[in-house]
Amino acid sequence: MRNWIAVYSTLIIALILTLLPMPGVTVWMRPAWVLMVLIFWAMTMPDIVNIGTAWLAGLVVDLLTGTMLGEHALAYTVVIFFVSHMHLRLIMYPLFQQAICILFFTMGYQFLIYSIQGVIGEPPATRLYWLSSLTSMFLWPWLFILMRDCRRRFITL
Amino acid sequence: MEKRVEKFAAIRAALSFPLTTIQYAVSQPIQFIDTLKTALSSHKKLQQENSQLRTEQLLLKTKLQRLIAVESENNYLKALFQSSQKIKSKSLIAEVMAVSSEPFIHQLVLNKGGRDGVYVGQSVLDANGVMGQVTQIGPHTSRVLLINDSSSGVAVQSGRNGMRAVAIGDTYDSRMKLKFVPHTADVKAGDIFITSGLGGRYPAGYPVGVVSLVDRDASHQFATVYLEPSAQLSSSRQVLLIWHRTNA
Repeated sequence: MRNWIAVYSTLIIALILTLLPMPGVTVWMRPAWVLMVLIFWAMTMPDIVNIGTAWLAGLVVDLLTGTMLGEHALAYTVVIFFVSHMHLRLIMYPLFQQAICILFFTMGYQFLIYSIQGVIGEPPATRLYWLSSLTSMFLWPWLFILMRDCRRRFITL
Repeated sequence: MEKRVEKFAAIRAALSFPLTTIQYAVSQPIQFIDTLKTALSSHKKLQQENSQLRTEQLLLKTKLQRLIAVESENNYLKALFQSSQKIKSKSLIAEVMAVSSEPFIHQLVLNKGGRDGVYVGQSVLDANGVMGQVTQIGPHTSRVLLINDSSSGVAVQSGRNGMRAVAIGDTYDSRMKLKFVPHTADVKAGDIFITSGLGGRYPAGYPVGVVSLVDRDASHQFATVYLEPSAQLSSSRQVLLIWHRTNA
């Protein structure tokens, strides 16, 4: 039960961070908060956070950010599929290597969103769009340490 | 698929209803900080702002006096022509919620929804011009597609010579493009374009944008005309929702 509360409260915090207005150009630098939180839980607790959770979280993000219903859901599902496929390896990597993996995962996620946007309308026209992957990568080590400590404190295994 | 099937709108509205709490949770503290900022601003600054607003109000009121006369005259003339179009329509002030969308789609979230009578397709204006139209409604919130989104189109008309065109959003920055304008068309920088009311969505006569650049490159089939939106699309806090149905 406590595990569920921990997972959902962190997801809600990630959603709030996704909705938080940011000034000017920094909107493009917003890290993929929800995806990073999902990846963390899929790595550390694959029995609780799996593809289904990712799909639900994606639907919520679609509803909150005004994108087409299912757009983020698909992208999260695909990424979390790969993460849960290799979670045993990912958790053994040093933080630096994990961050590199996060770069690839978020790039893949952004590429999927980019493609879907391209099919239904126009893809994001500016290259600033890809900045989000970089900020996610740089933020990952700190997020990982923070969430790992929280997990050790609150969660019973 | 989702955009085509009408039933999906209801499903989407139902699904998004519990999520309004998150939207309010984000928006409310930020608006609180804003009110705190104005509360803490100095007395002198407020006085200055007050006097400025007073002069502005005086100017606007004098303008309004003339407008009332013009409007009644216009209505009289329209009655003579037996036109069904009315100028006066119901309106409602809504506040823009401080929540952000994906940066590549130009949308706003308003704090009025289906319970307040907002409907899909309703036009949204601010003090300076047309902002966009309502595309999704929930019980307490609604989502507005701004006129500079690439999937938005507004039927416009030149204020100077009545030339009609369609203004579509340009994703790259916050401006609009005019579609299918021939090279020989009489457009120049500084022209004001207003809604023509032809699309049936937006009421006629509201300012949409000012021409900022005309590029008559002969290698293109049509001239490229850029419009700078009149409305403050990214900084307006309060917007006006208007009830407008042609022949209603």
